[in-house]
Amino acid sequence: MAKNYGMVIDVAKCTGCYACFLACKDENAGEEHPGYTAAPPMTGQHWINLIEVERGTFPKVKHNHIPVTCAQCDNPACIDSAENGAVYKREDGIVIIDPVKAVGQKQIVNSCPYRVIFWNEEKQLAQKCDGCAHLLDKGYKEPRCVEMCPTSALLFGDLNDPKSAVSQVVAAQKPYARTPEYDLGDKVLYLNIPRKFVAGAVVYKDSDQCAENVTVTIKGEGVDQSYKTDIFGDFWFEELKSKADYTVEIAEPGYKKISLKVRTNTDVNLGNLFLEK
Amino acid sequence: MSEQILTNCTVGGPVKVHVENGVITKMRPIIFDDKVDAPSWTVKARGKEFAPPRKTTLNAYVVPERTRVYSENRIKYPMKRKTFDPNGERNTQNRGKDEYVRISWDEAIDIVYGEMKRIRDKYGKAAITGMTSSHHNFGYVHYKMGPFGRFFNLIGYSAMQDNPDSWEGWQWGSIHSWGFHWRLGHNEPFGQLEDALKNTEQIVYWAVDPNSTSYMYGGMDVAIWKYWFKELGIQSVFIDPYCNAGAAIWADKWIAPRPGTDAALAEAIAYVWLQEGSYDKWFVENRTEGFEAFKAQVLGEIDGVARTPEWAAKECDIPAHTIVALARQWAKKKTMLSVGTIHGATGAARAAYGTEWARLCVLLMSMQGMGKPGINCWGGASSGPPFDFSFNFPGYSANGWDALGLVAKKSYFPHGNPVTQRTYRILLPEIVLNGTASWTGEGFCGENIQQQFNKFTCPEEGPNGAPIKMVYRHGGSFISSMCDTNKWVRMYQSPNLEFVVMQDCHWQSETKFGDILLPANTNFERADICEWNSAGGYGHYEMSHNHRIVVYQHKCIESLWDSKSDLEIYTMLADKFGVKEEYTEGNTEEDWIRKVFDYSDLPKYVTYEEFKKKGYYVVPSRPDGTDSPVAMRWFYEGRPCDTPDRLNPRLGTPEAHLLGTPSGKVEFVSRSLTAFDANDQERPPLPRYIPSWEGHTVELAKTYPLQLLTPHPKFSYHTHNDNKTRWIDRISQHRIIKDDYAWWPVRISPQDAAARGIKHLDIVKVHNDRAAVLGIAWVTERIRPGTVHSYESGAKYDPLEPGKAGSIDRGGCMNMLTSGRLLSKNVPGMASNSCLVEISKWEQ
Repeated sequence: MAKNYGMVIDVAKCTGCYACFLACKDENAGEEHPGYTAAPPMTGQHWINLIEVERGTFPKVKHNHIPVTCAQCDNPACIDSAENGAVYKREDGIVIIDPVKAVGQKQIVNSCPYRVIFWNEEKQLAQKCDGCAHLLDKGYKEPRCVEMCPTSALLFGDLNDPKSAVSQVVAAQKPYARTPEYDLGDKVLYLNIPRKFVAGAVVYKDSDQCAENVTVTIKGEGVDQSYKTDIFGDFWFEELKSKADYTVEIAEPGYKKISLKVRTNTDVNLGNLFLEK
Repeated sequence: MSEQILTNCTVGGPVKVHVENGVITKMRPIIFDDKVDAPSWTVKARGKEFAPPRKTTLNAYVVPERTRVYSENRIKYPMKRKTFDPNGERNTQNRGKDEYVRISWDEAIDIVYGEMKRIRDKYGKAAITGMTSSHHNFGYVHYKMGPFGRFFNLIGYSAMQDNPDSWEGWQWGSIHSWGFHWRLGHNEPFGQLEDALKNTEQIVYWAVDPNSTSYMYGGMDVAIWKYWFKELGIQSVFIDPYCNAGAAIWADKWIAPRPGTDAALAEAIAYVWLQEGSYDKWFVENRTEGFEAFKAQVLGEIDGVARTPEWAAKECDIPAHTIVALARQWAKKKTMLSVGTIHGATGAARAAYGTEWARLCVLLMSMQGMGKPGINCWGGASSGPPFDFSFNFPGYSANGWDALGLVAKKSYFPHGNPVTQRTYRILLPEIVLNGTASWTGEGFCGENIQQQFNKFTCPEEGPNGAPIKMVYRHGGSFISSMCDTNKWVRMYQSPNLEFVVMQDCHWQSETKFGDILLPANTNFERADICEWNSAGGYGHYEMSHNHRIVVYQHKCIESLWDSKSDLEIYTMLADKFGVKEEYTEGNTEEDWIRKVFDYSDLPKYVTYEEFKKKGYYVVPSRPDGTDSPVAMRWFYEGRPCDTPDRLNPRLGTPEAHLLGTPSGKVEFVSRSLTAFDANDQERPPLPRYIPSWEGHTVELAKTYPLQLLTPHPKFSYHTHNDNKTRWIDRISQHRIIKDDYAWWPVRISPQDAAARGIKHLDIVKVHNDRAAVLGIAWVTERIRPGTVHSYESGAKYDPLEPGKAGSIDRGGCMNMLTSGRLLSKNVPGMASNSCLVEISKWEQ
């Protein structure tokens, strides 16, 4: 059976080292791969890049890095936009921009809803990640970015082979599209893309001690969760929807009830919440 | 032409090097061949199995190593400073702004030799000093300890002592608490991964970034360990004024003390444990001494100041209830304190009185019974993989400053250099500019505790002393990596310094101050042999990676431009001095490699030819089911040391169950410090919090209210990777392009930025009375208000007025701003993280 290449990107395992970004540069920047890609400039085209996401406010802060590369779409808009068959999909699913036929076709860049196609001004050429097809065809098992990833945050393989690591992760962990609204298909899927959090710390006002083991609840938007504060009195509700309204409540026996309305326009740090008698 | 795939080893990991038509086309990690390469270890812990991936990883900064080799910033030819005339006007005032003219190798070597001879004849051998940088290339034969060390020890020079700039407080402090002088203050790392996976419940990362500096030369192999900790539910608490790269992704709790107050936090933690009785009383009674005095101090019985959480809260600007909770969780859970060993050595130890915090860390872990299962000091939680250390391969410092001497007929280290005068790196500008300087402490004090107290003056008294007239610099840049580096600019422009040689692969910030520049090649342009991530010597077996790999470093390409290997360059000089035979003993490069191979255990497993052809050898791991001896477990249990801590002087003696302190115990009150200077209020025998001489309490804070933190950078090893490849400049954590210039980020809180009218990505001036440096504002919630963060070691000293000391630098050399004041009066360390600044928007 023909191969069907796919990638799963686990954001929780991305340390933000940029080894993928740099390995891609090492492979492609200024390098021509005849029959696959023309040489992009030394800098400026980031065929894989990290989106940096800082979340929360001091001192409840997290920082995530989301690797983004060509989604090798099932129904690529770039193919539809191209003339003369300048963009095509290989049997293994990799989408290639023909470096000769695509000259002058700037509409290919603009067709991409995912914004991962770049315009080479000097060559008047639309360019993007070729999934290292030029290496896979020579027997390489993985693209350079995947091979260089120290934590296997990037996983690559044959989706038609149920034994491949990538197939097993797809089956077991149900990765999902980063931008389902664009309907790009299922060749590049994600795990653990951060959603919004609501966090805070509970403190006993009278004794000025962290309130450990206090139940904090959050309700709204179909969510009804509770959290036992840790020894620092901290609570973190993760995986909340963006731009949604929630109510956070603390009803600790013997203390005044705390009830707060929060809206997750951003991640929310409620700061110290004081329990008063 | 067909592609060749060769091997080599970088500072950040071994690589497969693809070469076509004599040009390197790519570098890749080594993917193991399961048919040939030894199996990896597996740790079974809490019902799970953990085994590393079957490949090497690379530190991000060496991924683009190919472009570093071909960088436009290579020194391409031997060069002479235009207005330097060795036989006439030297024009030392033009250093830093002169142009350079290309000269031949013959001319360059003639000038260097001629000047060295003239200076030696006129002033004495001691008038020449020299120093390498660490880690700008990797290898055994060609690493700095080899070519440079052997040459200068052979001909004689004023050896420049090296301060342990990455972990000052540990060497100058903790040695007096737990010994380990043979590890420069770090404890042994052995068996700690296995112990942690099996037993640990919490890791406290204090002033350390396990997602940056802790990787050391180990690639990013140990990043995967952190995910295993998550899988096991091991809690991660980070204490750092900056939510560092590790904290940002792995912290369960981030606590941000005000810079310079970590020792106060430590004392308050001890206070909680004393109040609540939550410490290991057996350990304290049987494995330590001086505890009663410490207890009295913490409870306020000595100076009337009880170290309560409320007291510390005022110093540290952390809520008292957080300090109490931290102390309670620490006592309740089996905790690794992620300090000690090179992988945990940064931050708070590189600050005024950083000795005190480092010593208090040791004392805190003693109160928790360090050495018990799951409880220890474990630097960066990044060392101590279950390796088989019985396999011998020499680390690069196995024979000190004559690496080749290990396998030569004659070694010129430690006995060889006929000159007894010493210089001291961070005081070199004072020595040159003022004519003299004195200091206490011998730099790397790995031989014994007494080295810390030895007094030095340069020039040395007596007939053998000489003023310093020449500096020979080999690799890297002290401008930008040492403190207050405007003083290096002043030094280089001084007529006192008659001659300066810069020998390096790349133009560094310091290169343009040389009179003669000698272009060295990289480790891809010559052959070598090495074990990945192996320092040997005082750092032996401090390894932060998953497989021991010995690499034959193939010569991948011919030397670029007119560069030569360091070994070739010193051989030419040795020839001029008439000591070529002594220097080389007739060995070629390949002969040296072969001798190191023969010295090691490799011949038991592989022939030289096989090894050279394949390019690497994976050392078999410990067999499954055999536990590594665990660091400090022997001490806890009162057994002779059973770890391979080879330089431990008590090994094999009746005292092998004791630590390296005079008492053999953990010393709350240090005997060595009591004997040296019992009245030293800046490093007292009993450690305590001492407010920083440049911190939040001093008068200067009214003028310069922001505390500047300058850790080692994440995307460059020292100055070696910055400004060599354009790609790293495209990583916004490293540099940010604005108006076609790659600016150095300065991290500032939204409150501090708003108060100064500074917006995200504005160009800003960071300034104090010492300097002004431009950078680009990165407004972030990851820094505590009142503190700014910008990495040190930018490699692009770019003064607006070239060659003028004190000029505004727009390249981002933050160490222009830091103080050159030593850590404390008897501690000759750098206090990089004690620096007050103001920041304003740069409008020009």
